[in-house]
Amino acid sequence: MTETSSPGASEVVALDDVTVVYGTQAALTNVTASFPPGAVGLLGPNGAGKSTLIKTLLGFLVPDRGRLRVLGYDVSRAPLDIRARIGYVPESDAHIPGMNAVSFVAYCGELGGLPRKDAMQRAHEVLFYVGLGEARYRNVETYSTGMKQRIKLAQALVHDPDLLFLDEPTNGMDPKGRDEMLALVHDLGHNKGVNLILSSHLLPDVEYACEHVVVMDKGKVVAAGPIASLKQPHGRVFELRVKPSPDGLEPFLMRLLAAGLECHATDEDVMRVFVPGDRGARELFALAAEAGAQVRHLRPSVPTLEDVFAQAVGEP
Amino acid sequence: MPIHDQGYRRYLGTRTPRGRAWAVIMAAGLRGFLHRRAFVAVLLLSWLPFGVRTVQFYAAANFPQMAFIAPTAATFRQFLDQQAVFVFFVTVYVGAGLIANDRRANALQIYLSKPLTRAEYIFGKMAVLMTFLLMVTWVPAVLLLFVQVSFDGSFEFLGSHLYLFPAITLFSFVEAAMVSTSMLALSSLSNNSRFVGIIYAALIFFSDALFGVLRVVTGESRLSWVSFGNNLAQLGDLLFRLPLRYSTPWAVSVLMIIVLVAVSAWVLERRVRGVEVVA
Repeated sequence: MTETSSPGASEVVALDDVTVVYGTQAALTNVTASFPPGAVGLLGPNGAGKSTLIKTLLGFLVPDRGRLRVLGYDVSRAPLDIRARIGYVPESDAHIPGMNAVSFVAYCGELGGLPRKDAMQRAHEVLFYVGLGEARYRNVETYSTGMKQRIKLAQALVHDPDLLFLDEPTNGMDPKGRDEMLALVHDLGHNKGVNLILSSHLLPDVEYACEHVVVMDKGKVVAAGPIASLKQPHGRVFELRVKPSPDGLEPFLMRLLAAGLECHATDEDVMRVFVPGDRGARELFALAAEAGAQVRHLRPSVPTLEDVFAQAVGEP
Repeated sequence: MPIHDQGYRRYLGTRTPRGRAWAVIMAAGLRGFLHRRAFVAVLLLSWLPFGVRTVQFYAAANFPQMAFIAPTAATFRQFLDQQAVFVFFVTVYVGAGLIANDRRANALQIYLSKPLTRAEYIFGKMAVLMTFLLMVTWVPAVLLLFVQVSFDGSFEFLGSHLYLFPAITLFSFVEAAMVSTSMLALSSLSNNSRFVGIIYAALIFFSDALFGVLRVVTGESRLSWVSFGNNLAQLGDLLFRLPLRYSTPWAVSVLMIIVLVAVSAWVLERRVRGVEVVA
């Protein structure tokens, strides 16, 4: 007998001590996490285990240990009940060969349990929604990368899922297409009542489309919670640029670490320094002076999701 | 809601009961192939022997001097033997890409993220090929039986050959099932349908050639089981109550057919998955 219960208001997906091993390589290690309703980001660098986690939730992979529940159903006991209520946007290009877009999406609707007539009507509607209305009679194989991403979203939506898994949905898209895709994801999560889990290694994507985030690294969950709460400062953040001593930057960085201050590089020539507690800028000046470095730029900053991510995965 | 409303809305209609996805896959597959003119031409061509046999039956029934071509049980067996060439072409044309093309387009993860099992997916794909194979074997053979009765104007032939209908049915379905499972298994091993077609043809011709060599070397036909086609031929002779054409015991031929189907099912079980794990 399958275990069923209505999805609780507190979580749509729950993982309890889940371990997945490929041969001798552990892809997920003792992962315990819960995903609340709404839009949740699954964030992590490449190889963190995000796609493995989604494929395990879909039942494609069988965990070596642990339990998974999706929408109140146990993944190992009721995979079809789950798949009837979820939509999946895979990371790689995926389509049914030899079909035009409307036939493909309608076919997916039928496979999802819609009667043929309803599936065809929904296919037209969903294709317009994702911005492929004008191209819906073209063979999917002639689509550009951006269009293929949109059609993957359309096939995942056509049967009206309660939960969407989006695996890197903006991969390969140009900036305009990426913005449009994120707007769709945001709209689904915030206005259309579709719960979604957005897997991405792109912080801005997750920050724009989601309220909650689960951060993964090396097969483990390293941070989780509402983005706003995670961004709450537990200290102060400064943007800092220094002219190093003749010995280089290393002595200064060593002193920062020894003093318990975390320091992360950015794309620009400034570094972001986390100063815990009530300690302030004065301490940074003192440490720089000790290391023979000159402070050229120091500005208080606001914590970003990037800081949360960097702290969680321990990026230098 | 009018079609021009381009917003997303929740679906409030009915849903079909679980377990019918295979029929959706089959219907889509049949529609896809029946839209191809070349394939329809092959199908029509495969009915040419039926037309020839119809003329034969008509002549035998209406012209006493043509009684020597009157149908027997062997006539129906020969008819199904002749259809083997069309079975081959239909199998390669339809079957080679059934799973290979899905693998090339990463469609398996789309299929298996829907509420259908792997068995339903395989059964749906198999149903496409089996339907077309039965359209070139079972359907014309059974129709021929009715043609014979109608030209003869009596059920005398049918009455004295009551085993013919079950023999035609069993042989056609075993042939279609064996060919379909083996072709689907090959199709699941590659992303390239042309390669699959070539491998299938090579296996058929190689096993026949191997038997030919062994027959010359040993001077007997006891090793006919090495050929896929010969196992089927032995079973056909048995079902149509004709002398077996090879000295291989029929049980060995049946066992080889079962082994081939079992190996194909094992390959399909291993290869049809939502994710390919290389570890």
